[in-house]
Amino acid sequence: MGDSAYSFSLTTFSPSGKLLQIEYALTAVASGATSLGIKATNGVVIATEKKLPSILVDEESVKKTSLVTPNTGVAYSGMGPDSRVLVRKARKLAQTYYRMYKEQIPVSQLVRETATVMQESTQQGGVRPFGVSLLVAGYDELGPQLYQVDPSGSYFAWKASAIGKNMVNAKTFLEKRYNEEMELEDAIHTALLTLKEGFEGQISGNNIEITWRKSSNFQGADFKLTLPKTCCKTAQRLRCA
Amino acid sequence: MSIMSYNGSAIIAMVGKDCVAICSDLRFGVQHQTLATDFKKIFKINDECYVGLSGLGSDMQTLRQRFVFRHNLYKLREDRNMKPSTFANMVSAVLYEKRFGPYFCEPVIAGLEPDGTPYITGMDLLGAMAPASDFVVAGDNTESLFGACESFWRPDMNPEELFETISQCLLSGVNRDCLAGWGGVVTVITKDGQFTRSLKGRMD
Repeated sequence: MGDSAYSFSLTTFSPSGKLLQIEYALTAVASGATSLGIKATNGVVIATEKKLPSILVDEESVKKTSLVTPNTGVAYSGMGPDSRVLVRKARKLAQTYYRMYKEQIPVSQLVRETATVMQESTQQGGVRPFGVSLLVAGYDELGPQLYQVDPSGSYFAWKASAIGKNMVNAKTFLEKRYNEEMELEDAIHTALLTLKEGFEGQISGNNIEITWRKSSNFQGADFKLTLPKTCCKTAQRLRCA
Repeated sequence: MSIMSYNGSAIIAMVGKDCVAICSDLRFGVQHQTLATDFKKIFKINDECYVGLSGLGSDMQTLRQRFVFRHNLYKLREDRNMKPSTFANMVSAVLYEKRFGPYFCEPVIAGLEPDGTPYITGMDLLGAMAPASDFVVAGDNTESLFGACESFWRPDMNPEELFETISQCLLSGVNRDCLAGWGGVVTVITKDGQFTRSLKGRMD
């Protein structure tokens, strides 16, 4: 069976030095819905496809981005149920930190802790790796931040990134569109455009989800997270924001 | 006889203008017998944060080790020092973990926040915080320390005035305390650095 002879246990290396279950987890992510994130000067935005299997599904009930702390949001590509487990663990980690220091957990710390959870399921017996990559967007003392966490437990900080189906095209698109001086309004617009590029069918407020965090104040005092807001309402809200 | 006054201690923290001071006495005894007169009860956590521990001498040392340990790990993890307020919340959480078998110490925390504002807080042995904007005291004879502080403290003292005031408060406070005294040590924290001076007091 070639490769698959080494895939019976996820903690067994193949002769080429790979852990195949992790590679498969990445395949699961790469076939999941596209998610992307962009860091702006005054905030950060994450957006994801919300393709529903049937028009009969109540689209209001499907939530694909979630809050971990009041200043940190998460979008995922891959297996929905796995993401819920991770979000729950991440929330608990954030609250544990809050309980100790009476301070919101910095985004980098939250990401590292969450990545540790994901790494553990690549080394422990009797479990499988998480079939999701996360885009974690947040705002703390260091300003807006965007991270990607993979099933292997590795994580990266990005200015803009995409995961899931079409991630290669979306990243190429973002590379062309991104610039350092971009403000949140532009970033949201670019996020929508990027999603639209790879979207099969007509994009609408019901089949994507977008979340952003804005600040007029880099100290991090008075800002609101608008979550989740559908696309068609976005334009209106932007005008009044 | 309370275990909190078995070894004897007196600690004061005070706020000045863009500076804070924290001091302790130097006596270590067993009830009325003095065993040492060089027992400092304030400890440096980082340049902007000091902690004073009053109460049982052994628990004082254990707690200092635990706080320094936690602060070291925090520095490695987050690549920054704890703010005094963060440190105080951590101390509170660590003490409350031992709610039903507490460390017999009442901590006093003094420091400057990153924006330069002074921060002081006292705490009971279970970790209930009592932040203050003027001064906090702890030890086995807080009444006399309070009396001295209430008479001498005034707002917006500069570092030298603050040093003089806290020193006089400590010395006159411990004058009426058989379990604390034998000189003291004072640290003043400003945004440009800290200085520590030792005080001579009545040695009887």
